[in-house]
Amino acid sequence: MNLLSDLGAELVAVLAAVVGALPYILAYILVVLATMFIWSFIKRMMTPKHDYGSLKTVTFGDESAVTSNTTASVVSIVLIFVFWGAFTGSKLLPGFLHMPGPYVGESSFTYTATDGSQTDDATVSVVVFELGAEVADPVVDPGEGFAKNDSIAVAAYRSKLLRVDQNDELGREDGVTITAVNGEPISAGNPVKTDFGTVSMSPKGTLNVAPAKGIQMEPIWLPAPEAVWARMVDISKDGYRNSTLWEHLGYSLFRVVVGFLLGAIVGIPLGYAMGLSNWFRGWFDPIVEFMRPVPPLALIPLVIIWAGIGEVGKIILLFLAALWIMAIAARSGVSGVRISKVHAAYSLGASKWQIMRHVIIPNSLPEIFTGARVAMGVCWGTVVAAELVAAEKGVGMMIMVASKFQSTDIVMMGIILIGIIGFSIDLLVRWLERWLVPWKGKG
Amino acid sequence: MAQGGLCATIKIFEKIPQITAMVLCNERDFLENYWGRDMPGLQIDKLSMRFDLPDGGSVQALKDVTIDLKAGELLSVLGPSGCGKTTLLNIVAGFLAPTSGEITLNEKRVYGPGPERGMVFQQGALFEWMSVRENVGFGPRMKGMAEKPKREIVDHLLDVVGLQEFKEKAVYELSGGMQQRVALARCLANEPDVILMDEPLGALDALTREKMQGLVLKLWKETGKTIILITHSVEEALLLGERLIVMAPRPGRIHKEYNLPFAEMGVGQDLREVKKHPDFNSTREEILSMIWDMEEEIMGGASA
Repeated sequence: MNLLSDLGAELVAVLAAVVGALPYILAYILVVLATMFIWSFIKRMMTPKHDYGSLKTVTFGDESAVTSNTTASVVSIVLIFVFWGAFTGSKLLPGFLHMPGPYVGESSFTYTATDGSQTDDATVSVVVFELGAEVADPVVDPGEGFAKNDSIAVAAYRSKLLRVDQNDELGREDGVTITAVNGEPISAGNPVKTDFGTVSMSPKGTLNVAPAKGIQMEPIWLPAPEAVWARMVDISKDGYRNSTLWEHLGYSLFRVVVGFLLGAIVGIPLGYAMGLSNWFRGWFDPIVEFMRPVPPLALIPLVIIWAGIGEVGKIILLFLAALWIMAIAARSGVSGVRISKVHAAYSLGASKWQIMRHVIIPNSLPEIFTGARVAMGVCWGTVVAAELVAAEKGVGMMIMVASKFQSTDIVMMGIILIGIIGFSIDLLVRWLERWLVPWKGKG
Repeated sequence: MAQGGLCATIKIFEKIPQITAMVLCNERDFLENYWGRDMPGLQIDKLSMRFDLPDGGSVQALKDVTIDLKAGELLSVLGPSGCGKTTLLNIVAGFLAPTSGEITLNEKRVYGPGPERGMVFQQGALFEWMSVRENVGFGPRMKGMAEKPKREIVDHLLDVVGLQEFKEKAVYELSGGMQQRVALARCLANEPDVILMDEPLGALDALTREKMQGLVLKLWKETGKTIILITHSVEEALLLGERLIVMAPRPGRIHKEYNLPFAEMGVGQDLREVKKHPDFNSTREEILSMIWDMEEEIMGGASA
């Protein structure tokens, strides 16, 4: 019961988050629709095409009439970078596209102090400097009265406590309280808005100066695109954690390729045996069917216990990730051979070995390539995850260590590189497939 | 070499059915089967086929089917669905072992598939990973024939079936009718004694089908091969079958046999002219109503 109520509470929290995100999602969909209308308007301006697809009058519901619109793809990618730049104040974007950033500059506010009988005003000079700079509190003239002028330097996105009465002739100890800021009454829980942000008061009467943060992201959460690029140039030159960027990438790729190849070398013959012999199918079916749904990530702890965190452990893990996928692909490739082809080959005088060589293997290649694509994807995901857990080199290790040092730019760079490499692997296998098995799907 | 040893081992295993048969039949029968008869052609002798079902029952797919086919005859087999005609062909091809009865080809008893019995399938039996030329040259290649004679055979056959222009194409680039021409050529390239055709024109459109029927007749006359043709088109069976067997279902058996003149008439002639022959129509009507009655019976049996 306890579990149910706990899960219920979690669900409510998740749903609240979703509801909170809904306006943004809807706004994004509106952007998508708006660009679609703009594009269809532009298209009408251009000379109409008369190819096969554009002459169809029924396209809604006709799957063959739906092709990926290149313009939409380009706009969508550009827009991702625009959003990224707009919310990080990127220098690559013209200023008017920037979201309101944090307040930076000089300002001031006045406070009113009173001990019941006498009242005095003093000015506080505020300098809000960009994050990462070092600025000392400016020197100001103390001024007249028992309340003396103060100054404070605070970094953008940050806030700072200021005991304005510390330099005053009469302070907190003398029963003096601060009653107003910029003429507006202030007390604990009732902050005052100023032109640079807000000034609030702690229960003990200390002022807290908080410059406005705007709605841009702090670099520690999301660095600007150019910062990520600069970091990548940096790391590719100087390396990270005693290894160059190419070493990190190379190690990850090496593990994937070796693990996948080993998995394929064992898995494909295993799949063939399962597809060609009752005994082998009966023997290995339970093992393969049990191991296939176990995510390779769940094996990481066991592999680390058995083989340590070195290359052997990782390659064993990737081998296991690829093995079952390749075995199942090869098995279904063999099972998918049309019996009439095998019969035809037998009645043309082929021996068992010739049937294997000339009919079964070529017939199973398309399935094996499909399996290889899946296996490569899984292996790439698994290697990154395994490196997150424990490794000395590798992209996964790089982003994990970087996250511990809050180097979000390295994390972003790593994620982008992981994505690009995963995508390239998929493209490579697809290209190999087109080149080596042109007959796929034409049987 | 290790591979040679392996092949020899496999060959020994392939002999097991024959050895078993030697033991099971008495020796005189065995000798008769192998050397005693003096009949070229294909003999199908009292062939029966019974499948046991998992629930304990059984299906009698064929019962006592006996056909004596002389060398060079063209036999078409016709019957309603489920009459066992495909099972019969698969047994002759050697893909299935009959529960009783035997098949003799040129005085040799048939076990398992072999290159002397070529087969043409309905569709999808070509190897799409090979070009047209490689498909047709498959049989000779399996025999280990040298490149040059193989090339000559393939070139000649592709000319015969009218695919001169398409020798280097991939098979999936060809239309259905052309693919069946390749299948015919591939079968002929292996020089089989008997050609078994399992509805080879079944998937073609009516016009292509008519053209292909002419081609089959032409090839039959030119090569003098023994052909068994399975079809469910009465017209095709009449046009192509020098002999025609109508089979009946449950159990699959020979219902009626005809000797027909139309195939002879059709050689090198317009098949549409043959169809105008008065006998053609009357025979067609007779067979159609025969099959119609059988189908009715099956339906009645199903509802009872």
